[in-house]
This record gives sequence, structure tokens and C-alpha cells, in this order.
Amino acid sequence: MPPAVELKGSPASPGVASGPLVRVGRVLELARVAGAPGQERQALKAAIRQAIAGLNALIARIGEDGAEIVAFQIAMLEDNELSRPAWEAIDTGTPADVAWKAAVDVQIADYRASEDDYFRARAADLRDLRDRVVVHLTGDGSEVVPAGAVLVGEDVTPSRFLETDWTSGGGIVLTGGSSSSHVAILARARGVPMVVAVGEADFDGHCAAIVDGASGRVVLSPDDETVARFAVIARDADERARREADYLDRPAVTADGTPVAVLINVAGPDDLAAIDAATCDGIGLMRTEFLFRDGAALPDEETQYQVYCQLLDWAGSKPVTIRTLDAGGDKPISGLTPVGETNTFLGVRGIRLSLLREDVFRPQLRALARAAAGGNLKVMWPMVTSPGEIDRAAALFEEELAALTAAGIAFARPRLGMMVEVPAPAIAPDLYGAAEFFSIGSNDLIQYVAAAARDNGGVAALAGEVIPVIERLVAGLAAYGRERGIEVSLCGELAGETAHIPALLRSGLASLSVAPAALARVKAAVAGVNLGA
Amino acid sequence: MSEALITVLMVHEVGLHARPSVKLTKLAKGFSSQIEMAVAAEGPWIDAKSIVKVMATKAPKDTVLHFRARGDDAQAAVQALADLVASDFEEAKRDAARG
Repeated sequence: MPPAVELKGSPASPGVASGPLVRVGRVLELARVAGAPGQERQALKAAIRQAIAGLNALIARIGEDGAEIVAFQIAMLEDNELSRPAWEAIDTGTPADVAWKAAVDVQIADYRASEDDYFRARAADLRDLRDRVVVHLTGDGSEVVPAGAVLVGEDVTPSRFLETDWTSGGGIVLTGGSSSSHVAILARARGVPMVVAVGEADFDGHCAAIVDGASGRVVLSPDDETVARFAVIARDADERARREADYLDRPAVTADGTPVAVLINVAGPDDLAAIDAATCDGIGLMRTEFLFRDGAALPDEETQYQVYCQLLDWAGSKPVTIRTLDAGGDKPISGLTPVGETNTFLGVRGIRLSLLREDVFRPQLRALARAAAGGNLKVMWPMVTSPGEIDRAAALFEEELAALTAAGIAFARPRLGMMVEVPAPAIAPDLYGAAEFFSIGSNDLIQYVAAAARDNGGVAALAGEVIPVIERLVAGLAAYGRERGIEVSLCGELAGETAHIPALLRSGLASLSVAPAALARVKAAVAGVNLGA
Repeated sequence: MSEALITVLMVHEVGLHARPSVKLTKLAKGFSSQIEMAVAAEGPWIDAKSIVKVMATKAPKDTVLHFRARGDDAQAAVQALADLVASDFEEAKRDAARG
């Protein structure tokens, strides 16, 4: 084992993880352990089938020009002429991935050698389809990733995170990345230790790592003493978590007896599996964009309806607030979000995109209205900038309700509220009176107020410096809410940061929605605040 | 079991690129006959159902394409392929749908 190496990065998600080190972002370099030719043959057949299925799903969502090239890739994958050398190699004992790569590389070389620009360009498509099949052969990394592994690399995509099984432990170490990125939010929600921005590091030869998410420390190839030291840290963290867990089953109340509603933020029914509905006051935010995950087909009305119903069933009589599709910005979805914007954070995203894409928005509205008949549903619009957007969205909603009535389909009218994340409504909430409730999206609000991107390590620190300003805006919004008699809550990451809870509660906020993993510590923090003092 | 042979001039502006090749092989795959294509009467004959082989001909505009088929639907197969090429791979249909 090589000597231990200590790395220092930024904390992104607390907790200690210790396990085998697995490099990510390099799936294509991982080799497959070959089975018998019969197995390899089966594996390649299945991988090609999966690749074709993935491409067919893509075609269903993209414009005509893109579809032409995807159709070409599908035709190539279906052509036995392409895979023939692979089958022959497999019969002589070659692993499926090596055989496949060699077969396609022959074609790639042929296209590359062409004098025609067009054919040379097609070499890129061949590389694309070659790699797509290889990813399926190496099991998307999940077959090669042992339980409890520490994933290490430049970055980890949200879909990679969601596909990984974290139940036996594991952690993430990134050379780049940011603690306010989407993957970091997911890691905190699931309680997966994560450290970002450790900088350039040489991971070659290291097979094990310890990650201490709270301090940002990482140790590669730790010696026994180091392992013991971190075991103590982990034990202390567990102790603290056990104390906080005492608060989990009780409603959150401040030291002076003021009740505070604590709800949870989720991306879908999967997030609810490990949570007892009795430990929270409802779902304060369901992020529907994870239903529209990049690479899968856009979900239809029926699919969405089923998912929304699952959430409402789980919550019983407790409120469930679902946010309509918030795509764009750092959440691109191919075939839906605009391409080529120079500044996606200030571009066509959230409600702006939905109002432009009624073909996607209306099915979502219908699914929500139908689901509302079965539970306590609230719906909110993301990224509202102008009162006109609220009016237009509500009008579209009414049109769909009329259509449902005409079709004799059961529905109910949920309360329609809005996210406060664009600075405009945070500064002048009284101009947005058409909204029936407000939920403060502190993640984006902080970015816009500080004019600093959360995925830019160079300015990330500015976010912390405008918190006092945010608290002032929160106070203004809470006061407006009391005056008008409407609910104001906060569903951004800020609500889960125990250091800020006292100030938020003093601002007059009485409703927080947090990552499920933060429930216990948030309730514990609420109990420690005395508003009368 | 029958055999059929046909020739047709390809006027497609960019020759046998991805889109026309996909259309051609897709159409050919719909027939049970064995179908082959060549860019000259004496061959070499390549499998018209294989996009790898069809693209590999890199046939440019104004090539005369030769199709031969062997099977129960041989005549229908070569006729359909010739019609496709003669209609410039249905580009007019696509442009009309767009405009």
C-alpha cells in the first residue's frame, strides 16, 4: 500500500466514510472481467439492446435535425455487419467490451481516413455509439463499484449519484465541484459524506480512502492509526445524531413554546422510503424536474399523476407542495431546455420555460389537478419574476380544469403559490398578491442577490456574506405574510443549516422545509431558540 | 422464388449520407428477399440492408445505383428502392411538411 496522502477540500456533506476508492468519470477505461463466450455474447446483445432503447427514448424528445443522426446511430447498432467482428472475437475468448471496441474502431478508422468532411464527422457518432454500448457493458459503473466505495473524480453527475446504491455507506471526493451544486444537495439529502474542490491530486495506486465531510479532509491509503482516529470522529458524530434523534418524533417547538412547522424537500417517492411521515409536518417541496431526468423520455400525464398520488398517499392529511418543472439554469434537459444560452441562470428556465412549452406544461397541470382530488396538495410556480406569469399560469390551469370537467375526470383545485427566488418578489411581495402562498427558494435567491454563481468556486464565499441581507428580505416577507394572512416558508438549503435557524426564526418565519437527513438536527436547533429572550 | 434487377440514377445532392442511407436500409429491411446494391453493373455487390456497407460506398450525386434482389418479394423490393432513390429520398415530402 502506498504511503498515506492527506487532501483538504471544502465540506459539502457531513459524515465520515471509509472504503475502497473508485475512480469515476473513467468508466470507459475500466475493464470488464470476461465470462465464458456464451455469457459475453449475451452481455453484448443486451448492451446493444439497451443502447438502442436509450437512443429511441432520445429520439422521442428531440427535434428533426438531431433525430437524423440518432437514427443513423440506431441503424448502425442494428447492423450485424458492424458487430460481426465482435461476435467472432468473443468466440475466441475475448471479453465483450474489448471485442466490441475493436470492431467499432475498425469502422471509426475507416471513416476518419475519408477525404470527405462529412464522413470524417461521422467518426464522432461512431465513437458515441461505441462508448454508449461500453457503458452498458461495464454496468454503468454500478457492477464495478463495491459497496461502501468512495467515489473519486473531477465531478459526479446527479444521475450518477441517483444510480448509485448508498445504503452500505460510501462517500464522494471531487477535485472540482461546489458545495452548493446539485450533487452536493443530493448528498446532504441522503446523508452521503462529500468533500469538493480538493484540487489536483494523483489518485493512482490508492485503493482506499477516508472522507470527513464536515471538515473537508480526505485521507488516501490511511494507516491504521488514521483509521482509528476517524472512527472516533465518526462515533462522536453518531452520538450527536442520536441526541438530535430524540427530537425527531416530536413536533418542533422553540424554547419559549412557539411551534415551527418542519417539512421535507424531496425529488420523488424514492426519497420517502426511509422516512416516517409522522416525523415531519408534510412535504414542503417536491422537485419535479427529477421526473424529467436527462436521458429518459419526458414523463406523460399518467406517469406524473401516479407519482404525485404516491406522495399524497404517503403524507395522509399533511400538506404536499409540488413545484412545477424547474428546468434550465444548471438543470439542463435535452430536448427541452434551450441550447446555446450564454448565461443560463438568467435565461429561459422555470416558469418562463413552462409558459413557452405548453405541450409539456399542460400535462403536468392536468396530472396535478387530478392528483389534488386525493390529498392535501399545493402547487407552486418556480422562478416567478412578474405578476403576469402568475396570471398566465393560473389561466392555463383553469383551461385544463375546464377540459377535465368536460371529460368527466375527477379533480380538485389546489392552492396555487409561488417560489420567491428571483429578487423582484422578495423586494416587493405586495405586487405579487395573486399568489396564494410564498416559499422562499434561498439557494437561487442568494445567488441572484449576491450576483454570484453557486457552481463557481471563485465566488462561492460571497454567498455567505449576503446572508444578513437575505435575513432582512425574509423578515420583510414574513411580515407581509402575517399582514395578508398567507403562509410564508423557506425551502432552500439555508433552512437546514443549523447556524442560521435562530436568525430565520427571529425574522418571523415559522415554516421550514429541509432535506430529510436534516430533520432531527433542525428540530433540535429549533428547540434551542428562545424567541422571547 | 424470383430474382429482379433495376437501375436508378441518384440525384440526391449530397449522395449517400446518413439520412438517405438510413431510409434506404430501413426500406430494404422491410422485404424478405436478399437485396444487394452496386454502383456499377459488374459490382462489387454489397448487402443493401447493411447501413455499414451502404455508407461505405460513399456514392456521390449522379451515381447510377444498381439493385438486385432474390426472394418472394424481389420485384416489389427493387421497385420500392428505385422509387425511393428516384424521389430523391422523399426530400420533397419533408420540405413540404416543413414549409
